[in-house]
Amino acid sequence: MPDPAESVEAMRDGLEAVGYLAAESTALVSFLAAKLGKPVLVEGPAGVGKTELAKALARATSRKLIRLQCYEGLDEAKALYEWNYRKQLLRIQAGAGAGETGDEGWSGVHDDIFAQEFLLERPLMQAIASPEPVVLLIDEIDKTDQEFEAMLLEVLSDFQISIPELGVMEARSRPLVLLTSNNSRELTEALKRRCLYLWLDYPEVERELEIVRLHAPELAETVARKLVEVVHMVRGLDLKKPPSIAESIDWARALLMLGADDIDSSVFQRTMSIIVKHRTDLDVVAERVGVKLDDGVLGRLGTTG
Amino acid sequence: MASSDGSARPADGRRAGGGRTPAPSGGRPRAAGRALYGGLPEPGPPGFAPRVLELADELRREGLAIGTSELLDAFQALRELSWTSEEGFREALAATLAKSQEDRRVFELVFDRFFFRAVEREAVERGLREERFGGDGDRLPFDLDDLRERIREAVRGGSDGEMRDMARLAIAAFGRQGEGSGVIGVDVQRIRRSLDLRGEAGGRELPDPDAVPQDRLREFERHLRRELERALIERTQSLPPAKPLREFDRALPSGPLQDLAAVHRVVAQLKRRLATRSHAVGGRRRSAAVDVRRTMRASLETGGVPMRLRYRPRRPRRPELYVLCDVSTSVTSASVFFLSVLHALHDSFRKLRSFVFVERISEVTDVFERERSFAAISRAIATDAGVADVSGYTDYGRVWLEFLTEVMDDLDPRSSVIVLGDARTNGREPHAQAFARISERAGRTLWLNPEPRLYWNYGDSVISAYEPYCDGVFECWTTKQLEVFVNALAGGRAAPPVVTR
Repeated sequence: MPDPAESVEAMRDGLEAVGYLAAESTALVSFLAAKLGKPVLVEGPAGVGKTELAKALARATSRKLIRLQCYEGLDEAKALYEWNYRKQLLRIQAGAGAGETGDEGWSGVHDDIFAQEFLLERPLMQAIASPEPVVLLIDEIDKTDQEFEAMLLEVLSDFQISIPELGVMEARSRPLVLLTSNNSRELTEALKRRCLYLWLDYPEVERELEIVRLHAPELAETVARKLVEVVHMVRGLDLKKPPSIAESIDWARALLMLGADDIDSSVFQRTMSIIVKHRTDLDVVAERVGVKLDDGVLGRLGTTG
Repeated sequence: MASSDGSARPADGRRAGGGRTPAPSGGRPRAAGRALYGGLPEPGPPGFAPRVLELADELRREGLAIGTSELLDAFQALRELSWTSEEGFREALAATLAKSQEDRRVFELVFDRFFFRAVEREAVERGLREERFGGDGDRLPFDLDDLRERIREAVRGGSDGEMRDMARLAIAAFGRQGEGSGVIGVDVQRIRRSLDLRGEAGGRELPDPDAVPQDRLREFERHLRRELERALIERTQSLPPAKPLREFDRALPSGPLQDLAAVHRVVAQLKRRLATRSHAVGGRRRSAAVDVRRTMRASLETGGVPMRLRYRPRRPRRPELYVLCDVSTSVTSASVFFLSVLHALHDSFRKLRSFVFVERISEVTDVFERERSFAAISRAIATDAGVADVSGYTDYGRVWLEFLTEVMDDLDPRSSVIVLGDARTNGREPHAQAFARISERAGRTLWLNPEPRLYWNYGDSVISAYEPYCDGVFECWTTKQLEVFVNALAGGRAAPPVVTR
């Protein structure tokens, strides 16, 4: 297999080989990220495969995936590094015991307790310290506060981390960094400036059909097409949580297991909880989509397009 | 990059022009109307890099923050890609220059316009001309009904290229009468009418077999516009001046109901923002709970003796909101939008009471809590709220008085009052004193006006009577303006509302 960082086509094929059908722009930006060594900021609605892209990239380039899940209140102790203070305390006490014999000075202890050995590496540090290049996924960066973003800047632009007690840790290898965001708050200009930008949206019917067929190849083409059209229709409604691509795939697999050879309103009624996961959404979907299934509107749409 | 020279220019043209076929046939003598239409603007320095810089410059003028580092990235990215694919070129520039969804949309518009102009200039300079269908022969290769049918087919399911070809055919068939009107928008509509193209109606009427999907129709009109523009440039040998994107293109889709989906997209974004904003801010003051882990960590500085306590940050209290929304006819289009904003707010703020008013006021908090779907909410409000009394004209004065009697006791300095309305009282007493008392009791009073500032205080608008009592009056008819407001509401001071009078 050619190296995915060779060309855009190689990147797309590489991603496809590991089960991720990338749109033109996705393959292109992934290629540029690998080539230029720039982080990518991926935005888009929930469930379009932002996180999946990082995993696929890791598989396609056969690198290890290191994931940092962001949440409100995430601080550097959880993201970068932390001193293992229990171990340090033990070291101090051991030193104090030995100190009575007088062979250990203050400076010895000081140098010792701030050594690599007492450092707990957190995801960002791991990614940078790894001798093999890795894929670093910083998931849902918009959940953190701006202070955390500021801290990321050093890592993302220079691939280094300053530890006051130790000095600057430089990257041993350059990781491929993906940041995902659901756009729940505006990220700072400074962060955006350092990233390539990729907007992922729900795929077109045809592409999603390909994705579903790739993951559930036994499902008949006509059923798969109808399934994707229903999912698209459901996404068009104003729901609390529109169905994601992963859920279309789950639904396809469920239909396979049930042995359904068509999606009519009774099948839909029984299985729609796979794609719709809110009490109120269920009612809306049952009312708006359920009835359309029997009058033959669907299925015809796709054949003309 | 600077080493690239004039040889890059044909590549430019090929990239952006799509399937244009340079046809250096004799054609018409050049420079006929050059003096009349102003001719071509002065060209910049030749080469590829200056073109990209010009594009970046145009993007900056539309409000994108493009710094030198972005440009360096763009050039670096372009170096890695082949020159020949338009898609790749466009995506590479977009990935490096446009860093948000909003920016991306502006980018698409500017990119198309910029390279369209660049190609046209090149064509005029080199005397390239399109071969036209049935140009001189008066007779078209097929009859008009057949053409109508074929165009309809293409609009329904054709590829981009087919649509473009059909647009050119349509112009050849219907657009040549007297060389068009000169106003492209008028020509587009005339051709559309002659083609008998109708968009599908959204309602429950019987489906029209001849109708085509709305979005496809718009796409076709875009092609028509573009082809007409191209013909005009060719005829006059001049480029029309580059206008900034109309504010209209970015304005809130507050118009007819079919744009409701677009309103919802805006509001959905707002919703998510509010969800994190409202508790992401706030300080670490007045903290109570000791954070053991942090305290231990800090104690290392003093050899394991916890000299300084570290506290857990405390979440700020959410604000209480009172939202009053005008739903009268003078703000019909805006109130659809405002209602959906209200809808969004309800998901994000637990302590929110909403009111709608025309002549009198009516609390609709429970409607929003009961109903999920927006359509059901508007129906419930239209039928049950009972806000119109006799005339159906807004009476702000009376609304304040009623609001006061209803919620006076609940208002306290923690609460914010938000009014959504145009302050058009239809000549009735504004009762600014009553409004002043509301604003005295409440911590903050904010006003959102759906009219452009230009129209304020003209006619029966009395916004100036209320303005002194508000902590902020915002005009709100574009997404940008809405964001300014959201920042003021949730971002600025969420915890204790600050009185800035």
